[in-house]
Amino acid sequence: MNWVSIRLEKRLDTPRWLNAVTPVLSVLAALVFIAVLFYILGVNPLVAYRRIFMGAFGSLYGLSETLTKAIPLILCGAGLAISFRARVYNIGAEGQLLVGAIAATWVALFVPGIPDPLRLPAMFVAGALAGALWALIPGLLKAKLRQDEVLTSLMLVYIASELVNHLVYGPWKGAQEWGFPYTDKFPPSAIIPHLGTTRIHYPTLIIAVLAAILAYYFIQRTRWGFEIRVTGENPEAARYAGMNYLRTVLLVIGISGALAGIAGVGEVAGIHGRLRYPQGISPGYGFTAIIVAWLARLNPLAVLLTGFLISGLLVGGDAIQLALNLPAATVHLFNGVILLFVLSGDLFTRYRVRIEFPARMAPAVAVRPGVEVKE
Amino acid sequence: MTIWDQILSALRAAVPAAAPLLYGTLGEVTAERSGVVNLGMEGMMLMGAVVAFAVTQATGNVWLALLAAALIGALMGLIHAFATISLRVNQVVAGLALTMIGTGISGIMGKRFIGMPPRVQLKPVPIPILSDIPVIGPILFNHDVLVYIALLMVPLMWFLFYKTRWGVSLRSVGEDPATADAMGVNVFRVRYLAVTFGGLMAGIGGAYLPIVYTPAWIEGMTAGAGWIVIALTIFSMWDPARALLGAYLFGGVRILQYRLQKLGVSPPLLNTLPFVFTILVLLISAGETMRKRLGAPAALMKPYAREER
Repeated sequence: MNWVSIRLEKRLDTPRWLNAVTPVLSVLAALVFIAVLFYILGVNPLVAYRRIFMGAFGSLYGLSETLTKAIPLILCGAGLAISFRARVYNIGAEGQLLVGAIAATWVALFVPGIPDPLRLPAMFVAGALAGALWALIPGLLKAKLRQDEVLTSLMLVYIASELVNHLVYGPWKGAQEWGFPYTDKFPPSAIIPHLGTTRIHYPTLIIAVLAAILAYYFIQRTRWGFEIRVTGENPEAARYAGMNYLRTVLLVIGISGALAGIAGVGEVAGIHGRLRYPQGISPGYGFTAIIVAWLARLNPLAVLLTGFLISGLLVGGDAIQLALNLPAATVHLFNGVILLFVLSGDLFTRYRVRIEFPARMAPAVAVRPGVEVKE
Repeated sequence: MTIWDQILSALRAAVPAAAPLLYGTLGEVTAERSGVVNLGMEGMMLMGAVVAFAVTQATGNVWLALLAAALIGALMGLIHAFATISLRVNQVVAGLALTMIGTGISGIMGKRFIGMPPRVQLKPVPIPILSDIPVIGPILFNHDVLVYIALLMVPLMWFLFYKTRWGVSLRSVGEDPATADAMGVNVFRVRYLAVTFGGLMAGIGGAYLPIVYTPAWIEGMTAGAGWIVIALTIFSMWDPARALLGAYLFGGVRILQYRLQKLGVSPPLLNTLPFVFTILVLLISAGETMRKRLGAPAALMKPYAREER
């Protein structure tokens, strides 16, 4: 029956160029696939792609927006890269981002007596803590009760999102916001400054870039980073070597939660100046960051690049939503297809694909009695 | 209405609320029994929902709509199977990708259906005699056909799992694929079939929402049902009979949510109920798994490769 056999052989080592080329080719293949889907769904793909590219990179305004949206993606992506390295699948960065935003709002609006210059730092600390604590819930359940972190971290996204809804429709609803689900505006001391007339809230950008660099050094050059890598690649070996599993899990998920929380602070204090309904704060940065991390092959330094590129896709995606009347969920289509292709592309770096035609190559099989060979 | 009437009507309402969860859970139980986690359920249910609604609008035929939903679910299941079984992609991330794709495509496809009522919808069909039984009759035997099919599938799948060769193959592939392979079971075929079937069930479960339950298309209308299904699979201990219990428990939570809303509890807080409940259910199952030393299929999330035995 098998006129062609495709075999996968495990590679002993992967050439460097292949590691770099595969994600690029995978993304290109994904974009071609999405073009076909767009065509089937009645959207002209060439027009769509041109608009995406021009929207994201074709003007100074587009570029500044791309850089602005890269901030939460880099923060969440760098954290997730660390977490995924240890094979701790924190899928809940979106929720951790939202609780970070809640904590920052609380400090901005409801904590009196903080001197003005300390207001923003206090908000960042509160956001990071809230994000880390929110992430530690699935972390503890995983490490202590062996409960799958994928589901619990994801459930906490829904819960965080409804908490934001509850606050902005209920107790924190702004006095001056007629009917809108917003809190009152933050005082000036709680607003992150922008670069010129753009929306680039540069202090958060600096934090994001530093976080990515530190994350890289942490994972590559420190003892704990080494333990994280070993735990991810060979949990058995890590246990035999006496590495502390509980600490590793809590460490990686706590770091990723804290960084996502900081991203949430950046969004409310750098972009909106208030807490809003959840989709208004984040169009799914926490989920998109999963792709950012994976595209970067879980290397926090590479997250700087992939975060910027995927952010371009988001900004361009906004442009086509308006122009071609597409729903906001279109972004998810891009995310999903790119992720699937990048994952599948990884196959070529891990395995050598051998395609053989046994019927033609080995006629001996054909003459064996009882074996039917189809050409 | 007396309190008794209230309870009766809540119990009755929980049954259709549970139906999409039951379809999804039975599908996921099958896939996971073969050793493959499918986190794409949410996306597959959404695709089933939007395709069912589109076909209903185009043809006015609910059965064609269901068939189309089942097919699109199966197709997505097949993609997941190809990625995870043949390409050995990480099952968690591949499933996430499919959920994202389903969310995206259903959003684009469904945009023109927003605000439309479905041209036709399934009506309840009371079962003669049985529906006249007091208490149980109206609760169980006065629903639409899809509810009955879901209920019938529970004993059917239980029988298939535990009393047939098919079931043995399925379970052995999920527990110890190398041994199953040595015994002559085609590991790849069993897994492909199980995962595709899981997608098919998700498609039907999703279709139930816009053409029976809601009935209308709303973007992202599954609202996490696909994730609850995955939690229910764990809660069910991969057993179809317990899947029934879990699905109705969550159907009940959904109804509780509506009733409490009428009493003036903040709707967003009520919306967290199913998810808080999911985490609780997972905790309970974790305790139970540890106590009884039962657990997930041993080969869950592990790709199988012959030469690496």
